[in-house]
Amino acid sequence: MPNDLSNPLALIAELTHRCPLHCVYCSNPLEMQTRSNELPTDIWSRIFREAAALGVLQADFTGGEPLARPDIIELIRSARSAGLYVNLITSGLPLDETKLAALITAGLDHIQLSFQGAREDTANEISGTKSHLQKLRVLEWLKQHRVAVTLNFVIHRRNIDQLPEMLAIAESSCATRIEFANVQYYGWAFANRENLLPTRAQLDQSLAFIKSAQERLQGRIRIEYVVPDYYAKYPKPCMGGWGRKLMLITPSGDALPCHAAQIIPGLAFENVKSRSLREIWEHSAAFQKFRGEAWMQEPCKTCDRREQDFGGCRCQALLLAGDAASTDPVCSLAPQRPKVDAILAGMNAAPPAQLFVKPAWLYRGNPA
Amino acid sequence: MTPDLNSRPRLAPGCRLGENNQQRVLLMPERALRLNGPSLEIVERCDGKHTVQQIIADLQKIYSKAAPQKVEQDILGYLALLQKDRALDFET
Repeated sequence: MPNDLSNPLALIAELTHRCPLHCVYCSNPLEMQTRSNELPTDIWSRIFREAAALGVLQADFTGGEPLARPDIIELIRSARSAGLYVNLITSGLPLDETKLAALITAGLDHIQLSFQGAREDTANEISGTKSHLQKLRVLEWLKQHRVAVTLNFVIHRRNIDQLPEMLAIAESSCATRIEFANVQYYGWAFANRENLLPTRAQLDQSLAFIKSAQERLQGRIRIEYVVPDYYAKYPKPCMGGWGRKLMLITPSGDALPCHAAQIIPGLAFENVKSRSLREIWEHSAAFQKFRGEAWMQEPCKTCDRREQDFGGCRCQALLLAGDAASTDPVCSLAPQRPKVDAILAGMNAAPPAQLFVKPAWLYRGNPA
Repeated sequence: MTPDLNSRPRLAPGCRLGENNQQRVLLMPERALRLNGPSLEIVERCDGKHTVQQIIADLQKIYSKAAPQKVEQDILGYLALLQKDRALDFET
């Protein structure tokens, strides 16, 4: 490994973009890969071996819906036998009791079940399909197994007031971990932002609720709460820093430093079909583009926090400031922060009747 | 939270020992801990069979040059840390 270059710790394997849900905040790109472009089993198996050799500890199987892959059992088995910790992020829709048992027998370490709300009507509206009751069934089946279970609740204006009900679902399950993650605004979520962004009053109430839940459940359920970047004082260390800890492989084999990197103009991505993971990690221009500090502008360049947050999110900088190399505009020190403040002020000043009317959602489509 | 000396810690579901590049690690949901020396000795004994008391006694033997009281405190602190990370179940 060249000087000062750390090895990646996690590999995000976007196995497919196909999905039975149509969530209005999906993190997939607006232009999705079709089934015919998806990597075959043997290439994924090679990637898992190369990842482990590179020092990667965990594989995150995601999508789309990773269970849409007919070879999912084989993929779990090959990642596990390569020495990786196998994590599956799923809607739970394609599961039945037999399939679940087979996934765990194949070596699945951790299942993350996504929830779109605590109530059936909200959840179905957000996912654009009937999905909620099936998730509750999966939670019951999971009680028969020894596997780590995380419930992933995606939070926004339309369901943030359901946090106590969401917590009750988690407490009656065998989950040892809950992620309450507010939507961040890229891709589909960016397009639906005006209907998703919570109010400041909602956010304040949620913070107080989460704090007391964390104290009450310490040692029993680990609760993580991710606030919307727009309300933060400083940006998040997006992906743990560009090209520092994570590598994402798209369904067709492109290696990306983050989920949304393809929106950044001028970046060329290497494909795992023609390059090894190590070559890509060490030499790909896309991974080097925002690695380290040389690319930074003021105020990041001389900021004391630059080793903590790495300047925040490049994609957010592009979307809000029009320049991927600028300071993440959610940072209170960023020259473009007034843009974020204006978005928040406009939304928080709107009459509640307007904020809570059922919107005309832009639903995520589905590739062929 | 101090663990009960008579309870038997066991790695929680989805938490297990792993190895990468000759480094032993505790793998768990969304994180991993490097294990060296005493931390590895402790985690290897979180098998649902050893009591906390037995783990302390074992490590006091292995690290006989260290003050026994210090070894006990360090172990209880480390187990509490793992519990907070939800990496342990305590069986009674």
